[in-house]
Amino acid sequence: MKAIRDILDKQKPLFEKGGKFEKFYYLFEANETFLFQPNETTPAKGAQVRDANNLKRLMITVVVAMIPCLLFGIYNVGHMHFLATGQTADLGQKIGLGLVVVLPVVLTAYVAGGIVEVIFAVIRRHPINEGFLVTGMLIPLILPPTIPLWQVALASVFAVVIAKEVFGGTGMNVLNVAMTARAFLYFAYPSDMSGDVWYYLGDSQYADGFTGATALGLAAETTLVDGTQEVAATLASTNDGLFSFWNMFVGFIPGSIGETSTLMALVGAIILIATGVGSWKIIVSVFGGALGLGYLLTAFGANEFMMMPAHYHWVMGGLAFGAVFMATDPVSAAHTESGKWVYGALIGVITVIIRVLNPAYPEGIMLAVLFMNVFAPLIDHIVVQSNKKRRLQRATV
Amino acid sequence: MSQHIKLKKGFNINLAGKPQKVVGESDRSETFAIKPTDFPGIIRPKVTVREGDIVKAGTPVLFDKKMDQVMYCAPVSGEVVEIVRGEKRKLLAIKILADKEVVYEQHKEHSSTEISGISREEAQEVMLKSGVWPQIIQRPYGIVANPEDTPKAIFVSTFDTHPLAPDYDVLLKNQASYFEAGVEVLKKFTSGKVNLGVNADAEVSPIFSNAKGVQVNKFSGPHPAGNVGVHIHHIDPIGKGDLVWTIDPYGVVQLGKLFLKGVYDASKVIALTGSEVKEPQYYTTYQGACIDKLVDNRIKQDHVRYISGNVLTGEKIDKKGYLGFYHHQLTVIPEGDQYEFLGWLKPTTSKLSFHRALGLLSFLNPKKEFVLTTNTLGEERAFVQTGAFEKVVPMDILPEFLLKAIMAEDYDDMEALGIYEVVEEDLALCEFIDVSKHDIQAIIRDGINLIKATT
Repeated sequence: MKAIRDILDKQKPLFEKGGKFEKFYYLFEANETFLFQPNETTPAKGAQVRDANNLKRLMITVVVAMIPCLLFGIYNVGHMHFLATGQTADLGQKIGLGLVVVLPVVLTAYVAGGIVEVIFAVIRRHPINEGFLVTGMLIPLILPPTIPLWQVALASVFAVVIAKEVFGGTGMNVLNVAMTARAFLYFAYPSDMSGDVWYYLGDSQYADGFTGATALGLAAETTLVDGTQEVAATLASTNDGLFSFWNMFVGFIPGSIGETSTLMALVGAIILIATGVGSWKIIVSVFGGALGLGYLLTAFGANEFMMMPAHYHWVMGGLAFGAVFMATDPVSAAHTESGKWVYGALIGVITVIIRVLNPAYPEGIMLAVLFMNVFAPLIDHIVVQSNKKRRLQRATV
Repeated sequence: MSQHIKLKKGFNINLAGKPQKVVGESDRSETFAIKPTDFPGIIRPKVTVREGDIVKAGTPVLFDKKMDQVMYCAPVSGEVVEIVRGEKRKLLAIKILADKEVVYEQHKEHSSTEISGISREEAQEVMLKSGVWPQIIQRPYGIVANPEDTPKAIFVSTFDTHPLAPDYDVLLKNQASYFEAGVEVLKKFTSGKVNLGVNADAEVSPIFSNAKGVQVNKFSGPHPAGNVGVHIHHIDPIGKGDLVWTIDPYGVVQLGKLFLKGVYDASKVIALTGSEVKEPQYYTTYQGACIDKLVDNRIKQDHVRYISGNVLTGEKIDKKGYLGFYHHQLTVIPEGDQYEFLGWLKPTTSKLSFHRALGLLSFLNPKKEFVLTTNTLGEERAFVQTGAFEKVVPMDILPEFLLKAIMAEDYDDMEALGIYEVVEEDLALCEFIDVSKHDIQAIIRDGINLIKATT
């Protein structure tokens, strides 16, 4: 450690004001502060001691919370491949294939986004923000396993520039950065983001009788015919019971790399809530909003999808992942505590509306999060106004 | 109508180095100083003495040209040895070399029964020229009160919940009669009530229980339950145009002494606290004492920071620095200017954090005392985390929005979001817990100054 410190101390003058690489100071700073907690002390006036938590710690906690999803995603990509192609494989083969598919996506997202971060830090002379540790991991987890790497790179660059840097960087963005990346790909390259993209097949073909649909797609297409078959039954009968409730809960279903497992998202949620990093109010209210509207729709029951048991919404598609990792992004979510309830509940509600009532688009969490990102400041505004009003009334007493 | 207000929000910073309840003897400091920088309201300080002048305890040495009735007086008798000025001749301190025996400016003595008969004007006149007036702080703004105002209420907090805070039982031992007299004087100044905020979690000290004609309100909960700003917020909140005064119990006692003994008695008991103090305990001294004699041989090591006041709101002073006017505490903690390899990443139980991301298992050991250094433990970053500040401010205030309104210099929002109700100490915990490491107390003072400039 002393040796590393000595090297850093030797290099430091080169990057400081007047040094040869003055421009790249924040690149150096990023590396230095990554290795060593700096020796800065508190100012002469004010709090003389500080809490041991900091933004790096906060961000790395989120990354840790995502690791179960990533690991499961790696396994599941392999598992789904062999299932769809009808081959048998052991655990090692599944994980091996998963690594080959997933790691390049993760690396591409980190490298492409990281380069943009550094360029902006150098030009703007602001520190490289730790937020990218999280974004760079979120982007791969919400993309399908068949995604071309150049699209990953393009989406990362687009998201960092348009969703974050144009607003002034971390802490200033309006939209969730990772969701923006996905929305960009969804609208720019729809054929790579929907349809037969959820199984990584490589050079192989589907096994006989295997369909490449997802649970949400099946549910949306189930129509009311005589001798009706419920959505749940349709799901359970497809691909030899692939879409049973428990399979969907644990995550052995096709989908985006890290999104399929509700169980792993819940593990992440427990980490986020236990550490206090993610807002439990948002997570609970997203699930609550989705369930509430789900129940309401079963009461109307105009089509089969509406009749689907409401709790199925929790385990299908990316709702759980979105609720835990996307909706809780503190910058783009509502900032007020009471606003968080409204914000989360509306995400849940809108997700179900898009899924069930919109025939064109089976997944809703992405648009719901982005939509509510835009409305979060309005929710906050209303909460703040009511606080102001309360204070004013009190003053006249 | 006494109220018991239970506060849930807040955080107790449990530091090592709590003072024993013993008042020890220490060699008396040779010099004492009065520092205009201790009073945020002073705009144009004017010195009335010159180097070499002889002063008594209670002789005016300084006043503010913007509020020239209020005199700031020498805490001890002796010779003015130095008038310290900084950049642009800014007045920093007036140092007095103390006599062996303190000689006082003499004012009229009263018996305790006479006090209620004195008129406000009479009382005010002697308070202004004697040096006790600056103990009275006005809210909003947290500045020395203007004698021309009549506050709607006066607030006294009888307990201090800051980290390692001294106990008023020790600070004001055997001074109950003076406290009573002080309260009697204060009652003349307000059209409303004199409010005493007492700690519901401990027995009310006999010093405070005898005061008559006051409104007693109980508060319980973690820090900042003892902050007078929190009491005001819950009992009689300040809106635009309102004015209340606050004074700490030491100030009330000093006021009582002025009328009962006829002198400006600046002697005080202070607590020497902190993890780097060999035997944390109390010592007697005077306002504005040089700390060199106090810390001599009582500190474990050299690489420390001396803080006049507590670790949340105090001020760094050097080894030969002077205690702040309002401080009853000197805290000594290790200086934290070291690098720590992967300090942000390592799992640890030796660091204190309000956030569970670090203190996840802290509930297993709630009584653990921590040694904190002055390291900021992170770099300054954009505001990212939300909802944390609200957990440590037991007021109906949205700190994050208030801070952003200040930074945007949005006067309307600042007013509406509560700038009148807070001073630095009320949001000191926000500064402590902020993961983005902003100097929040400085931001609050900026906001107060902005709003003050408009009136």
